[in-house]
Amino acid sequence: MKFAIKAVAASVILVSAGGAFAQKGETVKIAWLDPLSGLMAAVGTNQLKSFQFLAEEFNKKNAAGVKFEIIGIDNKLSPQETTSALRSAMDQGARYVVQGNGSGPALAIIDALEKHNARNPGKEVLFLNYAAVDPDLTNSKCSYWHFRLDADTSMKMEALTTYMKDLPEVKKVYLINQNYSHGHQVSKFAKDMMKRKRPDVQFVGDDLHPLAQVRDFSPYIAKIKASGADSVITGNWGSDLALLIKAANDAGLNNVNFYTYYGSVTGSPTAMGAAAAGRVYMAAYAHMNLPGPLNQIVLDYKKKFNDDMYTGAVYHAFSMLSEGFAKAKSTDPVKVAAVLEGMKFKSFNGEVEMRKADHQLQQGLFISKWEKAGGKYPLDSEGTGYTFVPVKYYEPYVASTPTSCQMKRP
Amino acid sequence: MNPEFFVISTLNGVSYGLLLFMLSSGLTLIFSMMGVLNFAHTSFYMLGAYIAYTISSVVGFWPALVLAPLLVGAMGALFERYSLRRVHKFGHVPELLVTFGLSYLILELVQLVWGRSTVPYGLPTQLQGPLFTLYGTQFPRSRSFVMLVALLMLVSVWLLLTRTRIGLVIQAALKHPEMVEALGHNVPRVFMLVFGGGAALAGLAGVIGGNTYVTEPAMAASVGSIIFVVVVVGGMGSLAGAFLASLLIGLVQTFAVAIDYSLASALQGMGVAVSEATFGWPLLKLTVSQVAPILPYLFLVLILIFRPKGLLGTRED
Repeated sequence: MKFAIKAVAASVILVSAGGAFAQKGETVKIAWLDPLSGLMAAVGTNQLKSFQFLAEEFNKKNAAGVKFEIIGIDNKLSPQETTSALRSAMDQGARYVVQGNGSGPALAIIDALEKHNARNPGKEVLFLNYAAVDPDLTNSKCSYWHFRLDADTSMKMEALTTYMKDLPEVKKVYLINQNYSHGHQVSKFAKDMMKRKRPDVQFVGDDLHPLAQVRDFSPYIAKIKASGADSVITGNWGSDLALLIKAANDAGLNNVNFYTYYGSVTGSPTAMGAAAAGRVYMAAYAHMNLPGPLNQIVLDYKKKFNDDMYTGAVYHAFSMLSEGFAKAKSTDPVKVAAVLEGMKFKSFNGEVEMRKADHQLQQGLFISKWEKAGGKYPLDSEGTGYTFVPVKYYEPYVASTPTSCQMKRP
Repeated sequence: MNPEFFVISTLNGVSYGLLLFMLSSGLTLIFSMMGVLNFAHTSFYMLGAYIAYTISSVVGFWPALVLAPLLVGAMGALFERYSLRRVHKFGHVPELLVTFGLSYLILELVQLVWGRSTVPYGLPTQLQGPLFTLYGTQFPRSRSFVMLVALLMLVSVWLLLTRTRIGLVIQAALKHPEMVEALGHNVPRVFMLVFGGGAALAGLAGVIGGNTYVTEPAMAASVGSIIFVVVVVGGMGSLAGAFLASLLIGLVQTFAVAIDYSLASALQGMGVAVSEATFGWPLLKLTVSQVAPILPYLFLVLILIFRPKGLLGTRED
């Protein structure tokens, strides 16, 4: 009898111990669906390398003791291609997908997962969005299976306008954006938030230009100059930002500051160079010279690929997942999703929270300024000798924006 | 619109137009001479920029300005000799397809060799900074240099074609190849020279366009469609037409950016009540500046409808 009790007790302990570390040693396949060709190929390539590099780093040591494996699939930046890429990722056994470039593909993944997860219990897939910043994704179109690790357009604009409202020299603001959903939203939030914080600020221009079509921005620069603006707010990225700043440099538009979202993304630092020093600001959740765990990673990445690792949200993805796996004691997306909701975890920029109401990560934001690298901020961007130096840090609550999400939980 | 803005915009428009001309002159040359619509033309432009970037990092920009177009021209000539000439006998569609294929090939090749991101192809010190300052706006030397080279190119190509022996042979070979061949000239070689020359012109545009703007794998695609507009609007195969069309498109685009009127505001000006509830509001509220980059394509369609031979074209078909 005694032996039987002992045996039962031992087996209970064993089972629970086994349960506690059930996820240990498991391999977690993460499908990366972003462009490796076309317009955004350079950005996509950089980010895929970031994911692969950080997977290796986290495989050495992570809270859950799991192994990460990245499956990179080119989605050609198109929602349709994304859906078939998602299909093929699921066929390869991926239960987690990450995507970031463009809200269109992000929405396609959300739609597909809503259907897939409802129809295939036991085969659910989670979506970590590391850079698609359309606020709709965590508001009117929010989904239980979607978790956003970047700060959305409204949060970044909240930080940017909070910074700008304290600058007395900001009197006339010019908006120039790409003519698609992201650009429209930057323009809309800039106007709304500025009106609320500094009603005296005038908007002297609100231009929308086609995405990645404009070679020569000098007409726009002439227009900005003629408008008498002292600040430009732009959500442009890629060559649209690079050429805009380059045209401003060429025309000697020295008395206008540029407030940007994507100043550090591939291509822009090279175009800005020394000529733009002190005139370009960026609102982001990270910068090149963050102390802590990211610093070594940025250095090693540079050494290995001779490229900048500027997508800090990739780090969020791995730290959140390993923390979530450890807490859920499982790598099953359903259990993990339940744990991730409202979870607070440590990432490279302090403690962050995955807000339960809408699955938008609440994190602090930096306003940084394009300056000569050195001193406390030695790491430069794209070997230019210049870097985004933080001038202001906003705690998560400052940049936090309300949500209208009516989350449907399974 | 104040005079200061007008002058600056005119300068911007003319300089952009001249860059377009540099890009399209080679294309129109090849088309008028050989009847080949070269889809890979802007790929040669991109190659020019990348090769100049590599050469200039070794021996400096000025030697690259000469060497890179020569190299690109040689590549173009080789392509004509070993690929285009073989498919020539099958007609125009295979020719079109082979240049189309080539454009993809060059794009992938460029990405393999130089990577997918922007390369730091900078201006030489002599071209940095402003040439002059007008009403507080600087006019960069790099753009002035683009204008100068484009004008030199126009004059020299025109002189070459009309005033030299080889030019006359080229012109004759295009209209009456059998006759010229009978006179003892090597017509296939003339074609090879024309194609190589056109590619070299595109390469030259790349050498100075690459550092005036940015050198990246997307640079070919981003100008690919606009130069076809230039060639069609100017008149297929007319060098002077291409020149006129380039300037026109450059100016139209530049000035359109400045106009913030939309159909809605025009209707409101006429006393018609227009609001967000009006049918077609998303279309009505588009301002001219928003559609500025699309205007050239509208222009293309209108020209094809009303004057298919182009502004200065001679062919009626």
